[in-house]
Amino acid sequence: MEKQQFYYDNKIVRNFIYASIVFGVVGMLVGLILAFLFLFPNLTSGVSFLSFGRLRPLHTNAVIFAFVGNAMFAGIYYSMQRLLKARMFSDLLSKIHFWGWQLIIVAAAISLPLGYTTSKEYAELEWPIDIAIALIWVVFGINMIGTIIKRRERHIYVAIWFYIATFVTVAVLHIFNSLELPVSAMKSYSVYAGVQDALVQWWYGHNAVAFFLTTPFLGMMYYFVPKVANRPVYSYRLSIIHFWSLIFIYIWAGPHHLLYTALPDWAQNLGVVFSVMLIAPSWGGMINGLLTLRGVWDKVRTDAVLKFFVVAITGYGMATFEGPMLSLKNVNAIAHFTDWIIAHVHVGALAWNGFLSFGMIYWLIPRMTKTKLFSEKLANFHFWIGTLGIILYSLPMYVAGFLQASMWKQFKPDGGALQYGNFLETVTELMPMYWMRAIGGTLYLTGVIVLVYNIIRTVKQGSPVENELVEVPALAVISPNRLKGEKLHSWLERKPVQFMLLTTVAILIGGLIQILPTILVKSNIPTIAAVKPYTPLELEGRDLYIREGCVGCHSQMVRPFRSEVERYGDYSKAGEFVYDHPFLWGSKRTGPDLAREGVKGKPFNGGRDDVWHFNHMYDPQGLNEKSIMPRYQWLIKDELDKSSTQDKMRAMVTLGVPYTEAEINNALKHMDEQATKIETNLLANPDIKKSFGAQTASPLKDREIVALIAYLQRLGTDTQVKK
Amino acid sequence: MLKFIKHNLETIAGVEIYPIISLTIFFTAFVLFTVWAFTYSKEKIKEISEMPLNDE
Repeated sequence: MEKQQFYYDNKIVRNFIYASIVFGVVGMLVGLILAFLFLFPNLTSGVSFLSFGRLRPLHTNAVIFAFVGNAMFAGIYYSMQRLLKARMFSDLLSKIHFWGWQLIIVAAAISLPLGYTTSKEYAELEWPIDIAIALIWVVFGINMIGTIIKRRERHIYVAIWFYIATFVTVAVLHIFNSLELPVSAMKSYSVYAGVQDALVQWWYGHNAVAFFLTTPFLGMMYYFVPKVANRPVYSYRLSIIHFWSLIFIYIWAGPHHLLYTALPDWAQNLGVVFSVMLIAPSWGGMINGLLTLRGVWDKVRTDAVLKFFVVAITGYGMATFEGPMLSLKNVNAIAHFTDWIIAHVHVGALAWNGFLSFGMIYWLIPRMTKTKLFSEKLANFHFWIGTLGIILYSLPMYVAGFLQASMWKQFKPDGGALQYGNFLETVTELMPMYWMRAIGGTLYLTGVIVLVYNIIRTVKQGSPVENELVEVPALAVISPNRLKGEKLHSWLERKPVQFMLLTTVAILIGGLIQILPTILVKSNIPTIAAVKPYTPLELEGRDLYIREGCVGCHSQMVRPFRSEVERYGDYSKAGEFVYDHPFLWGSKRTGPDLAREGVKGKPFNGGRDDVWHFNHMYDPQGLNEKSIMPRYQWLIKDELDKSSTQDKMRAMVTLGVPYTEAEINNALKHMDEQATKIETNLLANPDIKKSFGAQTASPLKDREIVALIAYLQRLGTDTQVKK
Repeated sequence: MLKFIKHNLETIAGVEIYPIISLTIFFTAFVLFTVWAFTYSKEKIKEISEMPLNDE
């Protein structure tokens, strides 16, 4: 048969690896700053773009999309070319993909600290960047499918199935969750409101974990583990079942992020059932990965790459055992909103994604530079310090989560009142754990810096092979139809387009059954007559709440537990959120829930008048020295931008919020009236009057803080009467 | 647990058929995956699973 000569493109793989390493260091460094902000809340005080609320989305996005994303593209571009025996479809598309993705990361790194955010977790980027992501993702898809079509290998190996599922599903998720109505160049509102927004967001959020952090890495596991161990995967049959059941079930599990919330119960329960089922394919995959090493465990003792892989797969097994457990409602009632979840995601990110990436990098770089790793010893050091870092990170967070949840729920022995009625008491208790976490994170990052050094030295001593020459037989042309005697699956497995369609069907079934009824069946969201749209000032205040990332630490969702109703007020109902574009339920309570913040008369909420909020934003430690709330002094200094208030209201009208034309026309006047009232309250305080009363250039009522106070004082007051 | 599901779904016309459809879909799907995996011949499976090893 005719032999064909061509080159594998190693340069693109190398570029993605370098980008992954660079952004990995940055993303983890930002994470470390956040960990230290728990200990020293005013570490970055006065610098708005380094505040906790704005850095948190930067950390999550950098780690997920920049560190893990680039590592995944490196793994895909390397393994796909070899498994298909073809160079990537188009060098130009590869380049556009690489540079486009890095530009998006840079845009995120600039816009998130500046406060441009949609506030939807892992989808915080504003609409122009969302469009760029969609375009670059399509470029990646065309490049991938093109390569599959021009391949020189008949059969498509299972790793590539996982890559195809990644491409298809992430595209669907990204598009549907990012449907938003632009108000200005960098501001938009989610087209969904309240419960619907929450459901779509967590359908996205959960499946971003599934199809961005899991499926591509499973594909890489199915390629790199056999490759490094030099033996085929334990069971290829198992990998087929693993693939189909995983993608079929994963997509249903999203609502487990919303247990005990105002999401309809049937959707919650559906999410639980599928989350529990998910353990089967997940563990099937993990076992398949680990058993591939049967007979070569002696190699694991010496080979750093295999060590990284073993801990990565074990981490995957731990996280995917924990996931279904966390989905059980009684476990979730404890873990949700606490640091337990932080531990859970970090086992996944640090062990599964991080260690699989490191192992792959240590294996790939010497191969692509025709040399040996500069120091196997340093790689082993990295492995051990990284593993220790993971343990020191996650164990204290488990303890912290369990401890805090127990304190939240503890009633006094006589059964009357909460034992720890002041939320802060439950935070102060966690400080030793936050210290250990910061140390664990430092160790992990130290390991990565050792990797950087080791890789630089390796590259220096080697000579890069940017294009690797190969010679393989051409693929004989056969009928696109099924051959005589060819089994259906063999045929499907050589038809990429049909295969992709089947994958799409598998993931769409779950999505449609969950999301359509919540959006279409009206009775799922009972409306409450007393719930009215926000006033213009409150709407602006809400946008400040979004800009500052308050949602990163404060939930707005009172679950129907006695302990929560006692602490925060009546539990939240679906009908309360019908005007909330986007929803702001949050997923973590570093500070207390704010759903009923405006309601007065709760035992520990009696004193929170306008002056309290003003002072709290100015200097939280002045009110309670143990508070870990950072200062937000720029809100007090900066003037509120009212230039687009009316545009925002019109956008809301388009989305179904019933503002009248008169309300929109009178918006500025109404804002001024409401702000003046708050200003009067504030100036009644002698200290505030002394500092702010005399200034005329920008009266207090025009400052951002007033809008934020208006919003906070509104929370919960529609359904609970202000006393 | 079922009472929570039932309550919210009752408003949908013809909802009785839902659990039957779901069960059918899943049962069929899993049978298909299994058949898919186990109708492969041993030799073919061996050949495919060795793909990552002979790709240089």
